[in-house]
Parts: sequence; structure tokens; C-alpha cells
Amino acid sequence: MEETTLNNDIHVKLTEKFGEKVTAVSEPYGLLTFVTYKDVIINVLSHLKEELKFNFLTDITAVHYPGKEHGIAVVYHLHNMVEKQRIRIKVFISEQNPTIPTATNVWKGANWMERETYDLFGVKFEGHPDLRRILNMDDLGVHPMLKQYPLEDPNRVDKKDEFFGR
Amino acid sequence: MLLILQRDEHFLFINMSEINIVDAPPGIEGSGFFATSLDKVIGLARSNSLWPLPFATSCCGIEFMATMGSHYDLGRFGAERLSFSPRQADVLMVMGTIAKKMAPVLKQVYIQMAEPRWVMAVGACASSGGIFDTYSVLQGIDEVIPVDVYVPGCPPRPEAILDGFQRIQDLVKNESGRRRNSDYYKDLLGQYGIK
Amino acid sequence: MNHNHPVFTDNDPQSELVTLNLGPTHPATHGVFQNVLQLDGERIVSGVSTIGYIHRAFEKIAEHRPFYQITPLTDRLNYCSSPINNMGWHMTVEKLLNIQMPKRVDYLRVIIMELSRIADHIICNTIIGQDTGATTTFLYLFQFREHIYEIFEEVCGARLTTNIGRIGGFERDFNDIAFAKIDKFLKEFPKALKEFENLLSRNRIFIDRTAGVAEVTKETALEYSWTGPLLRATGVDYDVRVSDPYSSYQDFDFEVPVGTSGDIYDRYLVRNEEMWQSVRIIEQAIVKLKTEPKGIFHADVPEFYLPPKQEVYNNMEALIYHFKIVMGEIDAPKAEVYHAVEGGNGELGFYLINDGGRTPYRLHFRRPSFINYQMFAPMSEGMLLSDAIINMSSMNIIAGELDA
Ligand code: SF4
Repeated sequence: MEETTLNNDIHVKLTEKFGEKVTAVSEPYGLLTFVTYKDVIINVLSHLKEELKFNFLTDITAVHYPGKEHGIAVVYHLHNMVEKQRIRIKVFISEQNPTIPTATNVWKGANWMERETYDLFGVKFEGHPDLRRILNMDDLGVHPMLKQYPLEDPNRVDKKDEFFGR
Repeated sequence: MLLILQRDEHFLFINMSEINIVDAPPGIEGSGFFATSLDKVIGLARSNSLWPLPFATSCCGIEFMATMGSHYDLGRFGAERLSFSPRQADVLMVMGTIAKKMAPVLKQVYIQMAEPRWVMAVGACASSGGIFDTYSVLQGIDEVIPVDVYVPGCPPRPEAILDGFQRIQDLVKNESGRRRNSDYYKDLLGQYGIK
Repeated sequence: MNHNHPVFTDNDPQSELVTLNLGPTHPATHGVFQNVLQLDGERIVSGVSTIGYIHRAFEKIAEHRPFYQITPLTDRLNYCSSPINNMGWHMTVEKLLNIQMPKRVDYLRVIIMELSRIADHIICNTIIGQDTGATTTFLYLFQFREHIYEIFEEVCGARLTTNIGRIGGFERDFNDIAFAKIDKFLKEFPKALKEFENLLSRNRIFIDRTAGVAEVTKETALEYSWTGPLLRATGVDYDVRVSDPYSSYQDFDFEVPVGTSGDIYDRYLVRNEEMWQSVRIIEQAIVKLKTEPKGIFHADVPEFYLPPKQEVYNNMEALIYHFKIVMGEIDAPKAEVYHAVEGGNGELGFYLINDGGRTPYRLHFRRPSFINYQMFAPMSEGMLLSDAIINMSSMNIIAGELDA
């Protein structure tokens, strides 16, 4: 896909500033996407917010890719409301030790988004003021959105596998 | 006694308008007297003045708002007065998904209700978990509290909710006034660990 | 011992704080939210929100369902305006599949989406009225939701959880009755809305209760990622329909109302004005439809658009497509896509990752209620308890969207 000039600009500016740390730049459906690393993520986010005017944090979420070395991708969507431009940033972190610095110091609104990501994926946001589960019960014990956990409640007794062809 | 008197006044008032009144329970009638069993009279009175406690959590709750609204008007069935306090409520209407996090709250509300109490599960979620066969959703409220009437639908149309409400009224009308003392009822509550 | 008297530990009894557990089934909160508030008299000192009481695991379910079967899930996100969610999801998939929609379908969608925006705002604004003590407004305007439901019923057969449309268009064309009902609605609704405004907008009690309460600055609102009417009430003119037009919104002439102070009164006014604008948009759409060729209600993409049933039974090709679509075996590009629509409460985003399997690899909903609501507790500090209640109703938090 052709890079639009606006996206190109941002790309150039980011590479100037962060060099090798900004990789895998692509542009699916016109949305500039790149991968960075967890040691610079906060710098990248603040730089995008302060210098490049991506002042709106649309969303934080995560994706689980089991079996990879860095199996959890934390995904940030930012938005520049003036230029009407969006950007997507991904950070791959390891599944065994899923830690990443918190973005709550950059945007206060990141608070609950990170709590949700922690609840569903177990990503530990270091420095988060209040990292508790938000949607599930505290005693759930697992992070249910990880691919290894089933959708259905495994404790169900009334649902016989034979009736479902399993 | 007081209860019956009030109802009489009510009948009088209604008679003046065009609205039909409830039929009297079967009994023996003669000049100047009417005899029937107390249970029936109480059942009649109760069934036409049920106070629902709307336990509305999600989408079905919006349909309940429509049922309460002027278009469908649940008030026609004597349920004008919503009781948000469990103590004064007669019917617990559970509308919407009950997650496992919510289950203890629901049970608590049920326990707080005074006898006699009836429960209506409105919608697929409250009846069986509905389309959410997941780790976080209770698969039907009958796992934590006993249910009298289930209303199917996702969400049920207001007409269906009204129909369910009338089924509750039937129950109330024909039930022994001392249901709570029966062994069956005690056993049932025992199964849910409710004393 | 008399338990009714609080035991003051401090020398000054006035310094005692009261802890109030508001929710999760409090009648004043219109939904299942729990807030544990520390009260100093009537004033809130601090609060902690707990949510998740109807967490239903949408995102996990979505990983187990083909694209088609995700539409019913989106119904149940913001159930006050289901069609917006449905169509947002359809458009996300269409973006992924690079389907170009005919203009007529776009306009039909716009009609339905704007109707549901009206339905959504009716709930919110009448509830503000209700919570400030004006029950009439609720009963009065609520019947127009009933009229909107009737239109939906005519188009798709359902009232609330509509499951309206298909990926690639609508399941059937709007019939004449539907158009007649829309016309009737357009005639009657403005009158009622005008009356509704007369009841509240210049009402001294209402203004006293709402104006200047829960003011939010632009900066704070952006900092907390607010979107939708709440953000616009603070003065930021961000509307996805304008900044990122979808479904041919660029063809329409409408205004984006903004407030100045972000207080409850401004939110009320913004929502009201949006209803007027929605009426305007629908009127334009009806006119535009007249110039479009009749009878087109879906894009010509047989490999993605579910064929009609009589075709499936009589035509081999249609049967194969039907099977493939229902089983989730369509050839979708392996890609990720983010698509946002302007929902009733703000930017409703769908982040879809497709890996070529039968189901989405990952589907994340950016749910405006969830993101807007996190400010409720910090915002309530220093507010009167009764103001906090109307603040919550003016935020129009929908539990289904909040907890997903
Ligand atoms: S039964 Fe359907 S409409 Fe009712 S709460 Fe459940 S999902 Fe919502």
C-alpha cells in the first residue's frame, strides 16, 4: 500500500528521534503502525503526544500470540484530532514476564485501559497507581483472554460433552 | 380486614369507570352474605397489588422500562408501584445478565425480601445464561435462588413480560397463604442454602 | 448498647466521615455500578468505583465465532442504540474485505443510525430529567423510542437487540410501511422534542440543578480520553462522523454542537441539539434516497453477502456461499483494522485482527462508556451526593458497554 505523505512525515520524524527502536513500520488500511520496545515506549508516547500532537489516547489493549518468544503484544492507538490522523504502536513483551511501564503518567485516562489489559491478559504495568482487576472477580485466578483458557466455564457439570459432539 | 376494606373502596372507584373489575373468587352467596375461604381473598388482594422489585442489569432492563412506560403500562396489573427496597417488594423481577460477580448480590437481595416472595426470571440470560456461555456469566439465576416464572426471549417483548407477570398473578391467586410453612418450600430453600 | 448512635472517636464529631455504598443495585444509579463513597455530610470526599458486575466476556466469545455471529454480540454492547454497534461492526468487516458500498445502502444505514442516536439520547436526557425530579419528561418522550422501535421492527423484526443488516448491506429492502413510519416520526418527533425542551431547557429548577455542576475543562476531558457528547460539551468539536466520515456522512449537511463548560446542562443541550441534527440528517437522507436507483439494498459481493433463503434452497452456488459464510470460511485478508463510528456515547471502535481463520484472531471493542466512566470517581470529589447522581445519569453509562 502506498504511504500517504502525512504518515511518511511521522515515520521520518520518529526514525530521526528513535532510530533503530522504531521497526516494522507498515500501513494497513492507511493506519500507520509500528513496533517499538518496552524500554522506550514511554518516551515514544510522550514524544508523540508533546511533539507530534498525538494528544488523544484512543485505546490500550493487548493481543496474545502463544508460542512466540515475545508472546504478548500491547497495542496503543493514538489520535491526532487536528490532523485527523491515527497511529498504532505495538510493543511485544514476553509471556513469562509480561511487564511494561505504565502510560498513566502521560495520560490519566490510561488508568482503566491498563487495568482492563491487566485483568484480561495479565500484563503488569509497572508504576501503575492502582493495578487491580477491574472486570472479573478478584479470586478468578487466571487472566481469561490468554489463548490457553477456554471460553466456557470449565466447572460446569450440567453440560455433557456427548451432547455437543465433543 | 383492613386490606379487604381497601379493596372494596377500590372496586367502588373502578366501577364508576368503564374498566372491568376482577372476578370474585368462587364462594357461597346468599342475600347479604358471601362466604369464601380466606386464602382466596388474600390471594386475590395480593395478586392485584404486587410490588415488583426490578433487578435490571442490562438489555432486558431497557425492555422493562418500555413495559413500565406509558405504552405498555405494567400499572394496569396493579404493579404501579416499583419497590426498590427489597423489604417491601413482593416480586423480584430479574432482568438481564447476572455475572458471577453479581450472583452474591442477587442472593442477598432475595434473602432480604420478606415472605411471601416470588421470583420472575426475565429473558434468556436470567433464565439460562442466554448467549453467554462464558466463564463470567451465571448460567441462569436458578443456580442461586428459586424461580417461579421464566420468561423466554432475548429480550422478551413487553407483551411477554406482561404475560409472565400474569402467570405470577395466577400463582399468587391460587397459592395457599401459608406456602412458606410447607415442607416443600422449606426443602426448596434449603437446597439453595437459604434459611 | 444503642447501635443507632455512631460512636465518635474523634474529639470533634463533625469530622466524622460516613462511608456510603452506592450500588451495585441502587435505584438511583440506573445500572449496576458500585461506588463506595466517603461522605462528609452531603459532600463526597472520595470515591472508588467498582465495575464488572455484568462482565460477559464479549471479546473472548468473539474469538470463537465467525464474523456473522458477532453481530448479535454487538447488539448487547450499547443496547440503547444497538444498530449503531451492528453497523459499526459490519463496516469494520467491510473495511477489512475492501467492499465498496452502494450509496443507497449508505443512506439507509445513516437513517437507521441516526434514529438510534435519537433513541439513545432520549434515554439519557429524559433520565436526567427524571433524576432532577421531572418524571413527566421521561414518560413523555419515551414513547418516541417506542415509535423508533416500530421502525426497526419493520426493517429487521426486532425491537431492542436488532441484529440489523448484514455484512455487505441489509437483509431486505425497507418496505413502504417503514418509510411511512419514518415520515410519520419525522413529522411528530420535532413537535414533541420542542415541547420537551420547553419543559426543561428554561426551567429554573432544572437549570439550578444542572448548570455549573460537574464542570470539566477541555484539557481534562482529553486527558481522560472522553469522546462523544461529553467531550463536545466541554467545547471540543470532535465527532467521528466528521473527522473520519464513514457511510457517506460527508454527503450530509449537519452541524456538530459544542458546549462551553462541560457541565451537566451543557451535556443536556448538546444531546438535544444532536437530536435536532439527527432529524435533519434523516430528512436529507430521505431526499437523497429518491435520486438513487430503487431496490438496491446490498453490495454486489456474493462471496460475502449472505444469499436470500430461496436462493440457498434452489441454487447450488448460493448454497455454497451460504455454507462458507455461515461457517466462517470466507477469504478475508490477513490483516488488522481499526474502525470507529460515532456511537451514542462517543467513539465506538472495533480493533479486529484476522489471521485467516474462521474466527477473528482478536477483536477488541473500544467502548466509550468504559473509558468515559473512569473519570466519575475523581470527578465526584467535592460534589454533593445528589449532584453526583445526576452527573452519572448525564454521562449515560450503559452497563453493557461498560463491562463488555
Ligand atoms: S436475554 Fe438478551 S436482551 Fe436480555 S439481558 Fe440477556 S442478552 Fe440482553
